[in-house]
Amino acid sequence: MNITIQLLYLFSSVLFIIGIKMMNKTKDARAGNLLSSVGMLIAIVATLMQIEVISMVEIFICILIGSLIGLYYAYKVEMTQIPEMVALFNGFGGLASVAVAISDYWFKSQISVANIDIIILVSIILSVFIGGITFTGSMVAFLKLNGRITGSPITFKGQHPLNLIMLISFILASVAIWMNPSDINFMIILVLISLVLGILTVIPIGGADMPVVISLLNSYSGMAACTTGFILNNNVLIVAGALVGASGIILTQIMCKAMNRSLVNVLLGGFGQTVAGEQAEGPSIVVKEVGVEEAAMLFDGASSVIVVPGYGMAVAQAQHVIRELMEQCEKRNISFKFAIHPVAGRMPGHMNVLLAEANISYDKLIEMDEINNEFSNTDLVFVVGANDVVNPAAQTNPQSPIFGMPILNAFKARTIIVSKRSMGKGYAGVENELFGYPNCLMLFGDAKQTIAKVVSEIKEL
Amino acid sequence: MSIDSLIILIYVLVLASYLGFELIAKVPPTLHTPLMSGSNAISGITIVGALLACNELGYTTLSKWMGMIALVLATINVVGGYAVTDRMLKMFKK
Repeated sequence: MNITIQLLYLFSSVLFIIGIKMMNKTKDARAGNLLSSVGMLIAIVATLMQIEVISMVEIFICILIGSLIGLYYAYKVEMTQIPEMVALFNGFGGLASVAVAISDYWFKSQISVANIDIIILVSIILSVFIGGITFTGSMVAFLKLNGRITGSPITFKGQHPLNLIMLISFILASVAIWMNPSDINFMIILVLISLVLGILTVIPIGGADMPVVISLLNSYSGMAACTTGFILNNNVLIVAGALVGASGIILTQIMCKAMNRSLVNVLLGGFGQTVAGEQAEGPSIVVKEVGVEEAAMLFDGASSVIVVPGYGMAVAQAQHVIRELMEQCEKRNISFKFAIHPVAGRMPGHMNVLLAEANISYDKLIEMDEINNEFSNTDLVFVVGANDVVNPAAQTNPQSPIFGMPILNAFKARTIIVSKRSMGKGYAGVENELFGYPNCLMLFGDAKQTIAKVVSEIKEL
Repeated sequence: MSIDSLIILIYVLVLASYLGFELIAKVPPTLHTPLMSGSNAISGITIVGALLACNELGYTTLSKWMGMIALVLATINVVGGYAVTDRMLKMFKK
């Protein structure tokens, strides 16, 4: 192989590494992302150097189509929809790996007469397996996230044995293809099984667990790229794939820890379904309501406010009125911060992006471990569209399905106002004890409208 | 492929994974969403494989078609992933 090309691949691997390293600091992150994209461009140029000129027209057209679609979605997407877009792109990456594997398999088994090397064949099979699961799994996650299929777990009897049978069939078909590499039927079986497995493994997982699933699928797409690297004997694919694989695994671990669940428990699915039934029998909670005028007075009288945002805030598009609320409070020298739970939103760090979009400085967003001691010295906590992450049952009620999950200690504040559309349950389907606490007041209504009213009331005070 | 080159690839895989764990563990939670969409773009490195697969010269066969499909998909993943990450990171202000 050409030495220049190899050195360019090395250079591009280094740029990926430096790019990710620069994501360690918020101020450098944008430059890091740019550096990483330059690395990608170099890898593409190095690859084009090995390609016959005659193929260039089709390649150019494909890249043009892909770029236009990619840019269109990247600039059109709302920040609330980022999780589903990541899921969608992730799925495309997985399917691309499957297509590359099939292409290589077809070329080696049908066109060139030579036998397929066993190492290459194993890499092809793994690429089909991981890429196929990534594709359909991501598509199911995408459909669940944008509500086109139900967010609640879909389970049926014999689900796990069925998965096991599929897995065993996959292994058998792999052995068959090893013994008879040119039989395309076995390859079709492998592709179909991995596609079906991707669907079966994600449908039983509930909407609340989506941050874990997206992280895990992200990791799979990296692993799929790695297997492509083994097929093509190419280091840059392996380095880039390994970085993504590691990133996905770390985020998966963080998400699981933040929900006090094991990965196996998340993957087996069904969470939030049985729970809703058990909880319905419990005593109902008596809540106290608060009006916008009174809420405005509470804000005006406080010296410190912590906002706990949840996905509900994003749905109501309330982040901009919250910034106005922040500006009013800061004019009155009221300390104003945000407490961010690791699983708030539909993917890791989702709240931060939504608040950044509303021009809220990122040094006001405080992580759970850092802010949890401050709640007891806080006058007012304002919970907007968050539920399970402030439920004290996680600490007090061993019977609760969320018992043991780390929560934001909002209940320790002097007063808590909860902005909520209605008395519906959280995503985990659990009753929230906090709402019945004597220091907790409910501000019912659409978050955006009610907060806007509160802001105008504060202005008049 | 020889066992020797396989071993080298495994070396690269193991060391790069270790490096990945070290680097990503230090990324602050504030940046987890851009990290994920950015790393998602990096996983579009499959584009290299897709380009090579498009190069099955002289055959209008399945190989080439698969390569072209892979190329479109991987390009969406790469271009869209980097663009949306940049769009997000632009908003992070102090």
